[in-house]
Amino acid sequence: MEHILLMGNEAVAYGAIDAGVSFVSGYPGTPSTEALETVARLKPDGVHVEWSVNEKVALEAAAGASYAGARALVTMKQVGLNVASDPLMSLNYVGVKGGLVILSADDPGPISSQTEQDTRRFAQFARLPVLDPSSPEEAYAMTRAAFELSELFRVPVLLRPTTRVCHACSAVERMEPTPLVKPSGFVKGKEWVIFPRLSYEAKKRIVAREPELAEAQRPFNKIDEINGDTPALIGVACGGIGSAYAREAILNLGLRCRILQIGAPNPFPEAMAAEFIDGLECVLVVEELDPVIEDGLRPLMNGIPLHGKRDGVILVAGELSAAIVESALRTIVPVRAINGGGAKESASARKPIAGSEDVDSAERPVPPVRPPVLCAGCPHRASFYAVKRAAKGRKAIFCGDIGCYTLGNAPPLDMVDTCLCMGAGVTVAQGLKQADPEAYCFAFIGDSTFFHSGMTGVLNAVYNRADMIVVVLDNRTTGMTGRQPHPGTGESAVGESAPEASIEAILRALGVASVRRANPFDVEEAIETTHEAMDEKGVRAIVFEAPCIAVAKPGKPMSIDIARCAGCQVCVKALGCPALSFQPSPKYEGRIVAHINTALCTGCGLCAQICPTECIQPIDLLCGSGGGGL
Amino acid sequence: MLASRLIAQCAMDRGAFARTAETIGMAQRGGSVVSHVRWCNEAAAIPSPLISLGSADILIGFEPGEAVRCLPYLKAGGAAVVSVNGITSAVASLSGRQVEASVFVEYLRKAVPQLILIDGAAIAEKVGSAKTLNMALLGAAADLLGFSAETMLDALRKRLSPRLIELNKRALEEGAMAKEASI
Repeated sequence: MEHILLMGNEAVAYGAIDAGVSFVSGYPGTPSTEALETVARLKPDGVHVEWSVNEKVALEAAAGASYAGARALVTMKQVGLNVASDPLMSLNYVGVKGGLVILSADDPGPISSQTEQDTRRFAQFARLPVLDPSSPEEAYAMTRAAFELSELFRVPVLLRPTTRVCHACSAVERMEPTPLVKPSGFVKGKEWVIFPRLSYEAKKRIVAREPELAEAQRPFNKIDEINGDTPALIGVACGGIGSAYAREAILNLGLRCRILQIGAPNPFPEAMAAEFIDGLECVLVVEELDPVIEDGLRPLMNGIPLHGKRDGVILVAGELSAAIVESALRTIVPVRAINGGGAKESASARKPIAGSEDVDSAERPVPPVRPPVLCAGCPHRASFYAVKRAAKGRKAIFCGDIGCYTLGNAPPLDMVDTCLCMGAGVTVAQGLKQADPEAYCFAFIGDSTFFHSGMTGVLNAVYNRADMIVVVLDNRTTGMTGRQPHPGTGESAVGESAPEASIEAILRALGVASVRRANPFDVEEAIETTHEAMDEKGVRAIVFEAPCIAVAKPGKPMSIDIARCAGCQVCVKALGCPALSFQPSPKYEGRIVAHINTALCTGCGLCAQICPTECIQPIDLLCGSGGGGL
Repeated sequence: MLASRLIAQCAMDRGAFARTAETIGMAQRGGSVVSHVRWCNEAAAIPSPLISLGSADILIGFEPGEAVRCLPYLKAGGAAVVSVNGITSAVASLSGRQVEASVFVEYLRKAVPQLILIDGAAIAEKVGSAKTLNMALLGAAADLLGFSAETMLDALRKRLSPRLIELNKRALEEGAMAKEASI
């Protein structure tokens, strides 16, 4: 069939659709989000797609669909799998009926996650099969195969691409789709109710099936002889995107070697591994995150040197690259092997342009640092600023949470003192207050995170008579992952209208007697509201309501009346807004004045409210007054 | 991101196998964004989506400082197409370590013999949208990439909604013209 340019996550979505999936649930999380978004965008007939409130809920709902015979896909990032681990562990004991595939995208680096955990390890712990694609085209094929495997063994199957597969695009060939699997309906039976007796039998079954499972997964693993027919002395074992880097490095070095590429690492393919090791002088393992393949090989090595993360030849943390693999190979392989192989172009032969020219690289100007920051016009900036002002001079601890607002920890706001995991701001604050009674304890939590796992923490606070201020930053979307709807938005995953949950009503129902709502962009009101809340005791809440700039229509940008700008830099230094900077003004003999990037400014007006000289105004008001630009 | 996918689409339309790698997520909140695009007749020749340092044929820079940051990817003899307009960094502004865009442009002039500079802001103003800088750069880079205007337009039609085609087409054309002026 046709080749289409697909992102890895899109390939997973197409793979599931072409496998006849009819139930798709998940919670957004980088780098997994686009998989569910793609199904929601394509809206295939007969497929239910939902953003669930969290990963545990998503998996349980999908389990139900599978019990009734539907093929189901659940999507999440690796830390989401922690949230879903409770149903996952039990589900292996109960088993599934319709194919159930769980996309758990790992994030080596990590680029945007709390942990560098490895879903393959999780699969070992849970005794589940896990497929590890090395490219988008493989992700497509593996997704389809995962449904078959799931039904064959009545087991949930994990699919764990990593960031460089999820967010890479390649030409993917779509194969003939399987017709939509019509759910057969739920058939009552003892097997759906987990009991100790059933679990005992299930555990025996889970262990006993492993050799058969390993055999069924053989097609996902392969041995390749690279660069020649002479007996290979060097072996490279690899998995996931590590396989891509390993193949590239071997290509560059022209190295004669044998590759073992493992796409299904659990149960470990021991027979194929033994075949791979036979006759080799040494083996390098190329894998990101944990040494899963390396640990699988170690007992089979019979004294043959095994290099990888355990001896530090491969980095123990962070992403790999072809260059890293090349230098790892150079440290373990005799030079003759590399030179003899007719290298295409080795790393040392490749010279970057900077440094190879007459220009000394010492002359190279250092580009500005660009860490991620809250967007211009972000309501979180306004909320943080108001609370910071209100708490000034008092001992206060600001517990943060997971979302865009974690970026509030950066200067100049510096308003995130703790951040642990989804929903933990609300609960960490409770413990902090017990152990540090003098402090005002604030817990900032976004709307989507509140629904995900904040509500139970609030109930716990009320029940246990905590003394804290819950600050819900309600921007009416899941911002960090790119604007997904949630129960508070009144919109479903496919853009249809949905019942709109009220955060204030939920807080009250959970027992929070003192709930205030405020517009964070009204600085005075926001500060006053915070003061009022601080002066009370017990659990009180403030809901700061203002939409994310990604969902709200931007207003007219602000402008600076240069003549009145004192150059005090209060606006830049208090807010850290990316639309604000200081530049010399040609009109006023190079005097340093504030400058607004009108392409970024949304006209939120926060800076205008804090400017001591009131020189920042909406652009309309300044037109004709001689203000305007520099 | 769109630019990298368009290049990949053009390559595919000419029968090649293409890969891209993109930065999505945290890095987009005002951070540096780098996309890699590779294409070849055979998938096996480009196993990895990432380009190794010192091996890129062409560097397309949306901002001079960012072009300098990514220069180590460019191979000796490689070409660069860069928009001269700087984007200030909020964090650099806070610490007072703001560097003028012209400093980076001057360095690029010295370091990259095959350099095309375009005034992206001027083109954006002419076309009427700041969001078409990507197309202007692609227009300027088309010859280097080896794609005809027609190939690029076809790719554009495949990946963009019809109402955006005209605007982006004009940016492509302006970019191509700006390139002539640059030489």
